[in-house]
Amino acid sequence: MKTLTVSVVTPDGPVLEDTYEMVSCKAENGELGILPGHIPLVAPLAISSVRLKRDSSEDKLAINGGFLEVRPDKVTILAQSAEKPSDIDVARAEKAKDRAEQRLRSNDDHIDRLRAELALRRAANRLDVAQTR
Amino acid sequence: MASLRDIKKRIDSTSKMKKITKAMEMVSASKMNKAEQNAKAFVPYSEKMQEVVASIAKHTDATHPMLQTREVKKTGYIAITSDSGLAGAYNANILRHLNNTIQKNHGSRDEYTVIAIGRMAVDFCKKRGFPVAKSIIGLPDQPSFAFIKDMATETVQMYSDQEIDKLIIIYNHYVSAISQVATANQLLPIENMDTTTGTSSQYEYEPDEEEILAVLLPQYAESLIYGSLLDAKASEHAARMTAMRSASDNASDLIDDLSLTYNRARQAAITQEITEIVGGASALE
Repeated sequence: MKTLTVSVVTPDGPVLEDTYEMVSCKAENGELGILPGHIPLVAPLAISSVRLKRDSSEDKLAINGGFLEVRPDKVTILAQSAEKPSDIDVARAEKAKDRAEQRLRSNDDHIDRLRAELALRRAANRLDVAQTR
Repeated sequence: MASLRDIKKRIDSTSKMKKITKAMEMVSASKMNKAEQNAKAFVPYSEKMQEVVASIAKHTDATHPMLQTREVKKTGYIAITSDSGLAGAYNANILRHLNNTIQKNHGSRDEYTVIAIGRMAVDFCKKRGFPVAKSIIGLPDQPSFAFIKDMATETVQMYSDQEIDKLIIIYNHYVSAISQVATANQLLPIENMDTTTGTSSQYEYEPDEEEILAVLLPQYAESLIYGSLLDAKASEHAARMTAMRSASDNASDLIDDLSLTYNRARQAAITQEITEIVGGASALE
């Protein structure tokens, strides 16, 4: 089976570098599946999980604020944060989720709704990925 | 001549001081190593980011406000300093640079604003009456990207909202453990992008270049701010280490001098005592 190298890099350092058979992720405008031999591509990623498949196993990463660069034999994901399920602080994510929900419920004009919504999505994404460990 | 007890006291207090500066030197040395590692861990991200942005900028004629120079009505300065002193000329260099740049380029206070990082910069701006748009105090020794992200996003947003038309960052660039240079870099608009490093491969863009630039360029600018911050932190620890080392050296010199004086005074006292005894004995004969 053909494979491609996947490297995930964040400002705090490289998170993962390994070979996989398939990468599926959610770009800003829809799901995207990358197999070896894909044409060069650049696409921004949504706050979502990236699934990396090899043999019958699957690794998941929670991605936030990133984009994907594809070359025929290599996929690079640059993200502001990328966490493996085992690295996610579930308690913290749950707290962040509650806080964001509270902000959105209150009708205070001073609250930056967009920011609260993004925070909610990040927290929900983390919890979602953490569940699969 | 000072009394024996006075000299002894000074020797004791100086050696206590030396213990402290020695400890601070070692703490800074280990922090500097950590900061250097952080800066290194960041390199792959920034290189890749640079490569992709450069290759997009090279292959397309898509434009973005961050790539275009517009008339400068207001300039933003980010000044990175430390929260505490005892770091030699580290803070003074930055603040002098900031002050000189502002004096040279701006006549009135409406023409610039400062984003002050570190207590030293905040206090300096307050004292001088510089307008401060944002200030951060209590930056950790090893800042994570998450910590600085909000500040970076808001600063880049100020440019997008046309509140500022130019963004310059002033920080100490880490050359080596004994040399740090105050540097001013223009962050926005992004100019003289090094397009030679971009790969020759033509990318497919999903959805299209303009939208990717809209996502990518703010992230790129944020990553530049973070990179400078890591650089500045490494410099800070290095500067503090050097300052503390010379303080320890000075303390050693001082202790040597004082010990010499102490021994001399002690010897003089003994000699005098003997003379007195001999004098007393010979008077009795």
